[in-house]
Amino acid sequence: MLPLLRGYRKPSAGLHPPHLCPDYKSSVKRAPTHALVQIPQTLSEITGPVFGPRHLKVGADLTVQGKGEALGQRILLTGRVLDEDGRPVRNTLVEIWQANAAGRYYHSVDQHDAPLDPNFVGNGQLLTDDEGRYQFKTIKPGAYPWRNHPNAWRPAHVHFSLFGPAISTRLVTQMYFPGDPLLPYDPIFNGIRDEAARQRLIAQFNWDTTVPEQALGFTFDIVLRGRLETPMENRL
Amino acid sequence: MTASPRTDALLGLAASQTVGPFFQIGFEGLYQNELTVPGLKGRLVTIRGQVFDGDSLPVPDAVIEIWQANSFGKYAHPEDQQDKPMDLGFTGFGRCPTDAEGRFKFRTVKPGPVPSSTETPQAPHINVSTFMRGLLDRLVTRIYFSDEDSNRTDETLNLIDPARRSTLLARPVSGESDVYVWNIVLQGHDETVFLDF
Repeated sequence: MLPLLRGYRKPSAGLHPPHLCPDYKSSVKRAPTHALVQIPQTLSEITGPVFGPRHLKVGADLTVQGKGEALGQRILLTGRVLDEDGRPVRNTLVEIWQANAAGRYYHSVDQHDAPLDPNFVGNGQLLTDDEGRYQFKTIKPGAYPWRNHPNAWRPAHVHFSLFGPAISTRLVTQMYFPGDPLLPYDPIFNGIRDEAARQRLIAQFNWDTTVPEQALGFTFDIVLRGRLETPMENRL
Repeated sequence: MTASPRTDALLGLAASQTVGPFFQIGFEGLYQNELTVPGLKGRLVTIRGQVFDGDSLPVPDAVIEIWQANSFGKYAHPEDQQDKPMDLGFTGFGRCPTDAEGRFKFRTVKPGPVPSSTETPQAPHINVSTFMRGLLDRLVTRIYFSDEDSNRTDETLNLIDPARRSTLLARPVSGESDVYVWNIVLQGHDETVFLDF
């Protein structure tokens, strides 16, 4: 007899942005036109890849990836990965990537006329600790222009990729900075229709984690789908 | 406005955002389209395909992640407590970006059947998440094998409009043994069925 499996709560409708967001031009030819087909959660959906230290290819300090120090405002990004019930998501892989201080990505496709920093690649990986905590040291990314609409600029952001315990909890998102004047104009950020959900993607400045003479502290907690209370029926 | 006490007690979920065009910087460390390991049991297969947008143009900046059981139908995950053999070193996870022609490829083992929510096990399938610029939320689907009899009784396939079911079926390539083709079509005729759970 197999133990009963516990599935994951579904996000409320409207939490995640719709696939089709006409203000975000590249969604128009890429968003499916049919509704998603709802399927039951099975062992396939409540399992997912398990990562360990051997999977980490880069560190959590993005300021020391080159021969010299990266340019820009040093920041310490800390937070916790939790489920909806407030339980820590332990030992889960977090990947981040971002533009440099000038708003330029270390990527051949990025042709923005802003300087590359030879000492900054802009990628980080770590596993959360037993309390679900993480800490990256990095550079505050710059805003950058894009071609979505005339004079379009992305607000400064850090891309976050998280796995959690199952493919049901897989999440890719972006972290924004408080007080960014570009946020009201950004179709990606505003693709999230729920005001409170948008606010949750904005990190908070944190005096307590600010390192004197070193780095400004920002806190960003990330909540992944929590467990259903009732086990699912799954048989062999 | 009133919410149920249960909902009130929950923390607010993080919403999804696009991977954007530069995900390679963050994702490259886990690029892995060769899932096979020495001694892996079962039938080794190659699955290749292309991603197409609503103008039928290839999508050169997508990234595909797969998650699957081994040939016995056992996931390398602590919550899979079935009494089935594991394959040492087989993680069941793959991640492959598309190339300039929108192509991707995985070499892996054909998964075995896994339990469903009914008495009948699920047909062999691979779970897929697709991320790309233009998608503020991932697209989730599954790859099945067109030459698999148990597809007829598969719980998930049977939830899908029969006219669209074939979009989830990888087809053997004639003249190449153990090679299957499976495309992702984002819009239009043959639009891939995407799933939610």
